[in-house]
Amino acid sequence: MTMSGNGTGGEALRPHAEDAFADELKALAAADDRPRPARWKLSPWAVATYLLGGTLPDGTVITPKYVGPRRIVEVAVTTLATDRALLLLGVPGTAKTWVSEHLAAAVSGDSTLLVQGTAGTPEEAIRYGWNYARLLAHGPSRDALVPSPVMRAMAEGTTARVEELTRIPADVQDTLITVLSEKTLPIPELGEEVQAVRGFNLIATANDRDRGVNELSSALRRRFNTVVLPLPADPEAEVDIVARRVDQIGRSLDLPAAPDGLDEIRRVVTVFRELRDGVTTDGRTKVKSPSGTLSTAEAISVVTGGLALAAHFGDGVLRPSDVAAGILGAVVRDPAADRVVWQEYLEAVVRERDGWKDFYRACREVTV
Amino acid sequence: MTGPLLLGIRHHGPGSARAVRAALDAARPRAVLVEGPPEADALLPLAADPGMRPPVALLAHVADDPGRAAFWPLAEFSPEWVAIRWALSHGVPVRFVDLPAAHTLAGAGEEPSQAAAAGPEPEPVAVPGPDADGGPGTASGDPPEGPADGADLRHDPLAALAAAAGYEDPERWWEDVVEHRGGGDALAAFEAVGEAMGVLREEHGAGGHHRDLVREAHMRQKMRAARREFGDEYAVVCGAWHVPALRMKTTATADRSLLTGLPRVKTETAWVPWTHRRLTRASGYGAGIASPGWYRHLFTAPDRPVARWLTRVAGLLRDEDFRVSSAHVIEAVRLADTLAAMRGRPLAGLSETLDAVRAVMCDGSDVPLALVEDRLVVGDELGEVPEHAPVVPLQRDLTRQQRSLRLKPEAAERELELDLRKDTDAARSLLLHRLGLLGIGWGEPAASRGSTGTFRETWRLRWEPELSVRVAEAAVWGTTVLGAATARAEADAEAAGQLGDVTALAERCLLAGLSDALPTVMRVLADRAALGADVAQLARALPALARALRYGDVRGTDTAALAEVAAGLAERICVALPPACTGLDADAAAEVRGHVDGVHTAIGLLADAGLRERWSAVLRALAGRDTVPGAIRGRAARLLLDEGRLSGGDTARLMGLALSRAAAPADAAAWIEGFVGGPGGGTLLVHDDRLLGLVDDWLTGVPADAFTDVLPLLRRTFGGYEPGVRRTLGELVRRGPGAGPAAAAPGSAPTGFAPDLDPDRADAVVPLVRMLLGLTGTRERGTEAMTGAAQ
Repeated sequence: MTMSGNGTGGEALRPHAEDAFADELKALAAADDRPRPARWKLSPWAVATYLLGGTLPDGTVITPKYVGPRRIVEVAVTTLATDRALLLLGVPGTAKTWVSEHLAAAVSGDSTLLVQGTAGTPEEAIRYGWNYARLLAHGPSRDALVPSPVMRAMAEGTTARVEELTRIPADVQDTLITVLSEKTLPIPELGEEVQAVRGFNLIATANDRDRGVNELSSALRRRFNTVVLPLPADPEAEVDIVARRVDQIGRSLDLPAAPDGLDEIRRVVTVFRELRDGVTTDGRTKVKSPSGTLSTAEAISVVTGGLALAAHFGDGVLRPSDVAAGILGAVVRDPAADRVVWQEYLEAVVRERDGWKDFYRACREVTV
Repeated sequence: MTGPLLLGIRHHGPGSARAVRAALDAARPRAVLVEGPPEADALLPLAADPGMRPPVALLAHVADDPGRAAFWPLAEFSPEWVAIRWALSHGVPVRFVDLPAAHTLAGAGEEPSQAAAAGPEPEPVAVPGPDADGGPGTASGDPPEGPADGADLRHDPLAALAAAAGYEDPERWWEDVVEHRGGGDALAAFEAVGEAMGVLREEHGAGGHHRDLVREAHMRQKMRAARREFGDEYAVVCGAWHVPALRMKTTATADRSLLTGLPRVKTETAWVPWTHRRLTRASGYGAGIASPGWYRHLFTAPDRPVARWLTRVAGLLRDEDFRVSSAHVIEAVRLADTLAAMRGRPLAGLSETLDAVRAVMCDGSDVPLALVEDRLVVGDELGEVPEHAPVVPLQRDLTRQQRSLRLKPEAAERELELDLRKDTDAARSLLLHRLGLLGIGWGEPAASRGSTGTFRETWRLRWEPELSVRVAEAAVWGTTVLGAATARAEADAEAAGQLGDVTALAERCLLAGLSDALPTVMRVLADRAALGADVAQLARALPALARALRYGDVRGTDTAALAEVAAGLAERICVALPPACTGLDADAAAEVRGHVDGVHTAIGLLADAGLRERWSAVLRALAGRDTVPGAIRGRAARLLLDEGRLSGGDTARLMGLALSRAAAPADAAAWIEGFVGGPGGGTLLVHDDRLLGLVDDWLTGVPADAFTDVLPLLRRTFGGYEPGVRRTLGELVRRGPGAGPAAAAPGSAPTGFAPDLDPDRADAVVPLVRMLLGLTGTRERGTEAMTGAAQ
């Protein structure tokens, strides 16, 4: 049924969390002697450890998947353990999807039951659809039914994921109310219903700063526990996140390792933070903020892009010119207003800064 | 039972309090000894008074220096409080056994190093809440800089225990092990804690605090006395840290030798109301607990503390218009409990419940959560002390006035609008002003909203518990608020250093209605004015005085004496000002110029015709004297012109002189600044062609090398004008120098105007003018008449 079920984890562009970290999950399961909720692969404590990282008694090192306040992960895992649905909220690039995928992988061992929310997501994506050939040939039956990921998760007692919940039209969103409160999905055509078995839960992510979103109805909202994922608290934490992710992505893309990229990463993070916060890190100069969100995720993609440039067209060392174009693209979203913001920032902040001469020149080159 | 019942507690720990109650109920001792200052023994029965409502604090202060004081705060959930109440309700004697405040307060004065730490003498067990320990809560008006923390970091045995148990946060360890513990054998827990402390004490000794040894010696002495009276059937409630020391076998002689020769002072004690906010760590006077509201809840909730707590949170959020349903509460309780289980805690604590509230009720937002933290976790509780409790007479008078004026002391800040035309409001204003004079900062004057009338006052009120200390301090001045404020004002006047201070004091006396203090203040003022050679001081003093005089009568105070002094002061200024204006540099000149302005306004307020004449003569003298700096000369000329005491011609002459080529360009520029600087100066130039012409002529005549010198001054002068005025001036100048006096013949026009009327534009004004004059109905004729008039 699934095309990805061919076990080609090594070939997949981006392996699922449960495949990429299979070893860690196995080690955790072996070491985990705490009570597990029904159909959970790990105990809540082990799930939290999987996300936050740590060292197991047998010496296995669990890499941190989420770098941020411990409280957030604990509340998220506990929410799932109390069979309440979890809503991860945050501006783009705060690792909402990342956390949700890893949570599903750790809890159910399966992060693939995913509904991607868009403005065109139909009810069928959340409830069920029909295989029309069968429907016409044999009439309505369970065989003619095409279950949605949510329905499958209910039947199997695993974790379903809904991405970008607020992009889904309001009437389709509300389909979830029955699922979450009654834990059942009626199929009136067959006079049947699918009842969720224990272990079923749902993780939704939503962006609270995006334009054109469909606010959740309070009836639906009430059925979620909300966890807000914050932007990284300090520059060092952000540099750490970027460096870690760039390293992982670089490996999966087989990019040649770039030595000594940390300075450039730090520079990218600094630029992003300053533009995002509207003030320089020394707190002395105000700068305008561009229209884009300039999240950590974008910083990561700028650096990965730069690494690719350096590897394939440069000397393999990440240089200012490699990241300059990426930064420009991330900052200047609105060609008129953001270009002014960027140029002001270049002239007022970058030019004056010690040791940023190369970067300034590189930026000037791509900006004009 | 062997030996007395030693109940080692954590100060302000609700679990300890519960355990103490259970232990006392089980053991039924014949007497209870509590860690606290023995001087307050006489006050103990008041704790059972129905009018007594915690949080309260025992205040002990040095009799003749109330500023040196210490507090022993007690909340409803304080084990000491529970023990006291238990003893009182069971008719059992209860006594304080700590080192007397007479010694601790005396020590505080003499050993500064220790006194600094003393504020919160690191009470080992009570990571929070030392004070109840000989470390006096805090002394004096200024909260100590670093509360317990600094000292605790040096050595915190509780942290050692917690670390041994695998906890990072000692607070949390103690909560899990003791405070959150449910039933079970009450006495066993005390045994265990005592043993653990015993091990720690063996390792660390007294933790480097010599004072602890002295205090423990005193406690042992008190215990010996109790044993003589009650045998072993008495209980001691003290910080767990002290338990091993109290169990230690020592000789009475050794203890006595530790206690001899301690310095002592005479002290007084009283109960004062306290607040939850003051119990928190953030405040200098606090007992160092982070969440008094939560503790109180833990202590008072009969069962299901988490569910009850979250219900209260929901109630608060509902009152603030957040939509929170019972379903939310249910889910929050489940989440909190599961979180606690996952974190391996026996019961959901504050952090779990707050995490649950954030995720379930607040949509992940910290904003409503801040509200919960402020209102519930800390809380606004303000204690009460029965009226007949011994207090300083001043406090009694204050309480009486607060009641008659319906001005209740509240811990929450609130704003009070007063209309001084009403008797009650006027009386409230007087009370607040008097308290302000006494240094009891209950109310702070705030800017009135909307109305600027002199009969309105806005105050921001907030009763801080330490104000009780201030009241005690102020008690040395008198027994009533009025008497004390009067005495204080008189003393302040005598001690005032500067003339300006005395006048400010006079102003405050008027506001506070202290007419008895006024004669003294005025005498001091007159003396100072007579002796004061510095005209600047005189000039600074006058405006406040004039203001007081002008607006003081809103309150119906007698101001005759004040008027006399003000007049005398003004006379002195008139005499002393001209000689003081020679030989000044630019900065000094600018300062004097400011004084001239201030005095001018003040004299205008004094309503004394003779004085005004005198003053204008002074101004005239200043304007015409060459040795006076340009800025002052220019200013004097301007003030005279504004008053109409200088004709246009004379003004032009003065200006011409000041701007003639013989004058130094810098001085001339200063003159211009003095003359046309400030508001209205630009308009003057716009409308007086002749003056503008003079300025223009002078400016074009300034030599090139001097021009750069005068430029900053000029820029400062003209840069201050409104943009409209600047533009008009610029246009006038662009059209060239004025064509002579404005009395031009018809047909020729003054600079900046067309030679003839523009009838269309003139007509456009007519409808508005008609509307303003109310000329409706006579439309035709009116229009004709207007147009005619216009032409």
